[in-house]
Amino acid sequence: MDDLLLNQFLLLGAVLFCLGVYGVLVRRNAVLVLMSIELILNAVNINLIAFGAWRGDVAGSVFALFVIAIAAAEVGVGLAIVLLIYRNRRSVDLDDIAELKG
Amino acid sequence: MLDIAWVIPLIPAASFFLILLFGKRMPFKGAEIGIFALGLCFAMAVVTNVQWFQRVDDAEHAAHATSGAEATDEHAASDAATTEHATESHADAEGDEATESPSSAAEEHDEGGAAAEGGAAVEESHAGDDAHESDGGEDDHAEAGGAGGGHTEFEVEPVRESITWWSSGGIDFSVGMLLDGPAVMMLFVVTLISLLVHIYSTDYVGGDRRYTHYFAFLSLFSASMLGLIMSENTLQLLTCWELVGLCSFALIGHWWEEKPNSDAALKAFITNRVGDVGLICGVIVLFFGAGQTFDIVTINEMAVSGEISHLVLLVGACSLLAAVMSKSGQFILHTWLPDAMAGPTPVSALIHAATMVVAGIFMVGRLYPVFFQGLSIGVSGVNLLAVIGGVTVIGGAGLAFVQTDIKKVLAYSTVSQLGYMAMALGVGAWTAAFFHLFTHAMFKAGLFLGSGSVAHSVHSFDMKEHMGGMKRFMPKTYWTFVISTGALIGLFPLACFWSKDEILAGAEQLGTGYTAFLVVGLIGAFMTAAYMTRCVYLTFHGEPRGHAADAAHPPHESGPRIVVPLYILSGMAVLAGFTNLPNTGALDFVPDSWALRFEHFYEPKGEYFPSVLDTFSHPEFNIGIAIGSTIIGLLGIGLAAAWYFRGLGPHGLTERNKVARAGHRVLVEKYYLDRLYTDIIVGAVKGPIAKAAYWFNQKGIDGVINGAGTAAVRGGQFVYDKIDQGVVDTIVNGSGAAAEGSGQGLRQMQTGRVQQYAALLFAGAAILAGIFIIVI
Amino acid sequence: MVAQNIFFYAIAAVIVWSAFRVVTTQNVVHAALHLVAVLASVAAQYILLAAEFVAATQVLVYIGAIVVLFLFGIMLTRAKIGRDQELTHKSAIVGGALTALLLLAVMGYSLLDEFGWSRTPLPEDSRLIGVNGSNSATVSDSIFSQYLVPFEVISVLLLAALVGAIVLARKD
Repeated sequence: MDDLLLNQFLLLGAVLFCLGVYGVLVRRNAVLVLMSIELILNAVNINLIAFGAWRGDVAGSVFALFVIAIAAAEVGVGLAIVLLIYRNRRSVDLDDIAELKG
Repeated sequence: MLDIAWVIPLIPAASFFLILLFGKRMPFKGAEIGIFALGLCFAMAVVTNVQWFQRVDDAEHAAHATSGAEATDEHAASDAATTEHATESHADAEGDEATESPSSAAEEHDEGGAAAEGGAAVEESHAGDDAHESDGGEDDHAEAGGAGGGHTEFEVEPVRESITWWSSGGIDFSVGMLLDGPAVMMLFVVTLISLLVHIYSTDYVGGDRRYTHYFAFLSLFSASMLGLIMSENTLQLLTCWELVGLCSFALIGHWWEEKPNSDAALKAFITNRVGDVGLICGVIVLFFGAGQTFDIVTINEMAVSGEISHLVLLVGACSLLAAVMSKSGQFILHTWLPDAMAGPTPVSALIHAATMVVAGIFMVGRLYPVFFQGLSIGVSGVNLLAVIGGVTVIGGAGLAFVQTDIKKVLAYSTVSQLGYMAMALGVGAWTAAFFHLFTHAMFKAGLFLGSGSVAHSVHSFDMKEHMGGMKRFMPKTYWTFVISTGALIGLFPLACFWSKDEILAGAEQLGTGYTAFLVVGLIGAFMTAAYMTRCVYLTFHGEPRGHAADAAHPPHESGPRIVVPLYILSGMAVLAGFTNLPNTGALDFVPDSWALRFEHFYEPKGEYFPSVLDTFSHPEFNIGIAIGSTIIGLLGIGLAAAWYFRGLGPHGLTERNKVARAGHRVLVEKYYLDRLYTDIIVGAVKGPIAKAAYWFNQKGIDGVINGAGTAAVRGGQFVYDKIDQGVVDTIVNGSGAAAEGSGQGLRQMQTGRVQQYAALLFAGAAILAGIFIIVI
Repeated sequence: MVAQNIFFYAIAAVIVWSAFRVVTTQNVVHAALHLVAVLASVAAQYILLAAEFVAATQVLVYIGAIVVLFLFGIMLTRAKIGRDQELTHKSAIVGGALTALLLLAVMGYSLLDEFGWSRTPLPEDSRLIGVNGSNSATVSDSIFSQYLVPFEVISVLLLAALVGAIVLARKD
């Protein structure tokens, strides 16, 4: 009973992931949706690091770093898109963006 | 110098960045940086050439020494060192003159070599001081030559430098240089023409909007082309190849504000991408075929020795051929090259005549064993490379007849001449192909720059509308143009006479199936003579038309920065042919030290090149072919001259005769190849995809649902009308209505709110995962 | 290792609570601040797993850059500072919660089923620890040798994102 359980981390990641999914699904403000996506990515990172520690493999840390870099890129482009939407519509409410409506 | 030749591509690369960063603030807007960089490169290339001649001669001496008399290594080494010293001082003293043409350099070197040999004993002490690191190399040669045994051929070790760039998965990706005959030759060609084009451009594009940008890309182009020719491995070759394509794109679209120009740039880029897929495939095939290496020498050695299976070589060669077809404008991917004339004329001269388009030919020559073995050159009846080349010779020449744009005539002429080179490689005449490449670069650059000089004065490229009678206004341009034209036609003793004959002789001597290529070559020579005569007539003779006849602004001779490069290039057009004078057959009076210098110095000699095989062909000079091709060329000139200058022959044939009109139309439409690409292939691919995407965007999924609903209704109606109106009636109507209703109901789901879609996605994924957990 | 467990559960509680607030709060700025708390706590978990280099990067990049970017985004889109009832779809809450719970159930079940009570080795035993008791050296060695190509690809991706963001956001 000395070590930490692997599942401690994995379940924490699962909870964080689901909270992120919930945020993506229910939030109306596009910036908040992007924040929820960050939660999802963090959940993934926790998993990567936990598996890395479990297997004694440094690859987990390396890929977590890659995910962080990609998250930075994603937020940059995502916020640029949000700004563009705001500039065109004076609103970032996702309800207003319904071009796909049939 | 040979060991540090790798800095040559780095100089223009540095110049690119310097021009980009500081160009605008320089007094000449960055042009001086580019010219200085290329001047430096040219000087270094010349020194490299001279030292390379040195190395070849040393290797030869060493080989003779080991096979013949009991000459000691020491002697050979000292011999080498003194010769080197003598030549170096010679080159230094004579400066530019000595370097004007490799032929004179070669000759001088020979004198130097002879003198040094004579004085070897006297200067022995001197030699000790001068002993360079190259001496180590010489000893190696001596041993290699000795090991070679009974070969009369000697081997010249290429100069190789390489560092590991990065390694991944246990494979080292290196970057380096492989300096041997063809690379050294190309160094000279590229730096010379690039330098002249730089100088020419200062006048030609003077005052342009993006003057600095233009010079920056000229520098980058030179850097990538120099990198390409010195590539040590196929990956580096691929990288530089793409860089060259990128620069071509940027320079063709230099005046991108006009739509046709940016279209032409895109066309060039995309057509080249088609071929690049082949290049990538070929590189990968050879990488695995040669046991996971990109190294060109290793691949070549393994191909020569037969360690790579024939099938792999065949697949690799065919893939690489696609790249050759696109980059070197071979049929059927040549269509971008004439359009590329939308770029500034000096760019056309540099890229689309002299250097970039020969990258494909160079690549074939570089990986020649792969093609030689893979396509069974010289063994089988005919091979793909020769066929492509042969078709291109005739096809390109045919198209050149109907062009009214002077640059397009030259572009199709380039296509045709590149066909000659590919054909020569296809018939195993490697040296002839590279010799032709060398001579062609000189006179074609001269022709392009000449046409630019004319256009600079009349502000148009249209020969029929705005030129004519230019001889009167621009005598200097006229004479240089005529000399270069003569060289292109192959008149004795101008450049192309020698190189084209060597190709024809090469085609002839293989016999049987290859005789067809001799005929193709002769027809090509005839057509070349005819269309170039037409071009000269329309541009320089007859009455001035359009802008040329504008009394208010009469055309005038171009300035010295345009004319001097023309002089140099036409001078080269005269001299270049003598670099490979044959001394067999009717010309056996030519002294050995003058004959076949090009072959002697520039042909790779080593285990990595099939010259060690007996099958490799060195065509003998054939007086019959030489005279025949000259007569055919004169005939072409004569016929075209009779037609245009004297007005003889059935003029107006295309108006009267249906067959002639159809033929003319096919040529004007460029064999309908562009139509095939844009309308049929692109149309077939783009149309449906675009329509599908459009449809999907417009209708979305509800279209499917509605469609299903209406289809069901229609189906219902069909049944209703045709089969039963009684009992089934109500059921059918009901089902139809149900389908439509469900469609309408499902339509409500299409709220357009992405989050709902995401919710469905997640829920669906979760449910599916749950099912998997339960089932498995 | 009781101490570690205590820390773990304390931090995990912070993470879950803050994340919950990120997705439920009615105040945009509060959401961003809660996000900071989540990110910092996740960094703390990384340290618990002996991945201190990733933890440092997490703090620098996420809290230092990304959250600031979010705050700029909030400012530039003139989001209402203070309570805003419009931030959540009232009608979607049930569906969203159900979906999330379904996902959690599936993931939780399969994780427990697969990994059960397996444990992570003690950091001291782990091969992850380099010569001087840190894994930074190991990570950097790995990035710059084995994973060099992905690393370069990531840098190209960042460049592309940079260019893309500028192109999208500039006014013309």
